[in-house]
Amino acid sequence: MNTLVDTPALADAAINRGLKKEEKVRFLRDMCRIRRFEQTSLKYYNLGKMGGFLHLYTGQEAVAVGTISLLGPNDHVITAYRDHGHALAVGMTMEECMAELFGRATGCSKGKGGSMHFFAPDKRYWGGHGIVAGQTPLGTGIAYALKYKSIKGCCLCYLGDGAINQGTFHESLNLAGLFQLPVVYVIENNGYSMGTSLKRSSAVRDNLAQRAEGYNIAWDVFKGEDLYEVRAKTQEAVQRARERSEPSILEIQTYRYYGHSVADANAKKYRTPEEIERYKTEHDPIQIWRRHLQDEGLIAEADYEEIDRQAKYEANQAVQFAEESPLPAEADIMKDVYYEVDHQTEASRQGTHFFNS
Amino acid sequence: MALLTYREALRAGLDEELARDENVVILGEEVAQYNGAYKVTEGLWKKWGDRRLVDTPISEAGFIGMGIGAAMLGLRPVMELMFWSFAYVAYDQIVNNAGCVRYMSGGLINVPIVIRGPANGGTNVGATHSHTPENLLANTPGLKVVTPATAADAKGLIKTAIRDNDPVMFMENTLLYGEKWEVPDEEYLIPLGLADVKRPGKDFTLVAHGRAVLTCLKAAERLAAEHNIDVEVVDLRSIRPLDEETVLASVRKTHRALVVNENKPFCGVGAELASLIQEKAFDDLDAPVGRISSVDAPAIYSPTVERKQLPDPDRVIEKVLQLC
Repeated sequence: MNTLVDTPALADAAINRGLKKEEKVRFLRDMCRIRRFEQTSLKYYNLGKMGGFLHLYTGQEAVAVGTISLLGPNDHVITAYRDHGHALAVGMTMEECMAELFGRATGCSKGKGGSMHFFAPDKRYWGGHGIVAGQTPLGTGIAYALKYKSIKGCCLCYLGDGAINQGTFHESLNLAGLFQLPVVYVIENNGYSMGTSLKRSSAVRDNLAQRAEGYNIAWDVFKGEDLYEVRAKTQEAVQRARERSEPSILEIQTYRYYGHSVADANAKKYRTPEEIERYKTEHDPIQIWRRHLQDEGLIAEADYEEIDRQAKYEANQAVQFAEESPLPAEADIMKDVYYEVDHQTEASRQGTHFFNS
Repeated sequence: MALLTYREALRAGLDEELARDENVVILGEEVAQYNGAYKVTEGLWKKWGDRRLVDTPISEAGFIGMGIGAAMLGLRPVMELMFWSFAYVAYDQIVNNAGCVRYMSGGLINVPIVIRGPANGGTNVGATHSHTPENLLANTPGLKVVTPATAADAKGLIKTAIRDNDPVMFMENTLLYGEKWEVPDEEYLIPLGLADVKRPGKDFTLVAHGRAVLTCLKAAERLAAEHNIDVEVVDLRSIRPLDEETVLASVRKTHRALVVNENKPFCGVGAELASLIQEKAFDDLDAPVGRISSVDAPAIYSPTVERKQLPDPDRVIEKVLQLC
């Protein structure tokens, strides 16, 4: 694990220096919870307990936990379809997330969104979006609203490396640069846009964030396996947004252990088993963070095992909650379409809104 | 009652809502310093300044999506599309984000946005600038679609659209912007989903929306004078929500109906209305429900010929006589 050698200075960065033991242990717990949640959801997906797609976040945990750990009450999060990690990191419960995967009425979106569409506006988490880069104008708009309302906050807008070639992303960058919006675009570069490697999809091959220069936006590239590094480098962009209302692009290099989705039949064909194994043994974000905490004398081996055991238990409890939860009623199909209808306002009483014969 | 053009009435509605609610912000191409490509927003930038009137780059997908994101956080953006035809560039943002995010979040989010601009043919700008997407967008549950035909309706409806808590697609018409109508002096709102009988009659029902309403009114005058047929003209005003009752009440009275619109025929608004009438007023009908739409081809450029592509009073009269 030679990556550890590079980062003691980042552990000493101002934003990390003040971390309390409880916070550091919470980061470990949050990463373990994401991993156990994903492993458990994979198990039940393969058992046929849920439909649709399942895009697992496994391997990328330090990105969501590290970046979101920096956020305060005026900061917002929006992401794409690989959204379980961010959801748990903002504080959504495993129960509401698992129930959503199981299509239950107790799910975070009442069983109406599924894996790609988790939402928690009360935690300033705006989804969960299925169309590649479709969330990037929305994240830009959230930042626009913050600036309009003179709120000193920021929006972290996550996207994958496959999203950087979509027009809406480039339009968003131009708008954010032009209007000086407090948004941080976080490219989680896991190396593959579905089955197509960067080399085969991007004209700029070595560095995705550098595209920021075309829009007069600050940028940075760094590794996403060490939470200290993620926090230290993301903090600069968050500060830039909050204090100067300026956008940034961060490219965080990470790796997903599973395919694009569980339905990715070629997941082991476009990359070698050795490559996947090398990431698991040398670059695993949970093991790197665990090593930090053990080296710092904050936890013992047994503590880690207990944290992991609790995470596994919590995930299994979430499955039990989901399985015992009711499905949405058939009548629920017609709810949550229009605000005015849901709230039975005066506006809802005029005219026909639905055309079922 | 003041005599106002359609664009002046719209502008007055926008101005009143800018004054009423600080969260209302107008964004779009050329809406501010240029005074609006069709001058709907003329003078508003001078009055309200850079914060409330915002010129955007030519990035329909980007800025419409930005407006949707801002609306999720509680702003009430009024987005101008220079032409509704350009909505096709932003289709994913409109349908997937504005139209579906409330549903996919289980009702946790709502998007109080208005997207407005002209949606019409007849101005010799070729097919790319002449689309009428009211049927396409009304096909998305979650969106609302409004198509005012007169200045008074335009003002009353834009104010309601801005106050509505759901995404409203507001479709105007460049051929109407300079036309004048009487507009009430006092403040008023017109609910979405409320049709208006623009001309009462007892013999025949014409159902229309947008500029086709005016075509129908002209046809009705001639049908009365030349053929002694007393035609009722029902202006839908809003496509979704749809005032079915006013349409059906008229058909139950006249027993004959023709749906007239500038939409294309296949899967168009006329198809929906014809289905509605035959299903819910079948026993009242003395003739099949007729439909007149734009001629079913992309909008032709050639100025004189394009006039014949849109429904005109001659075609309406001919069809009414066939059905009588």
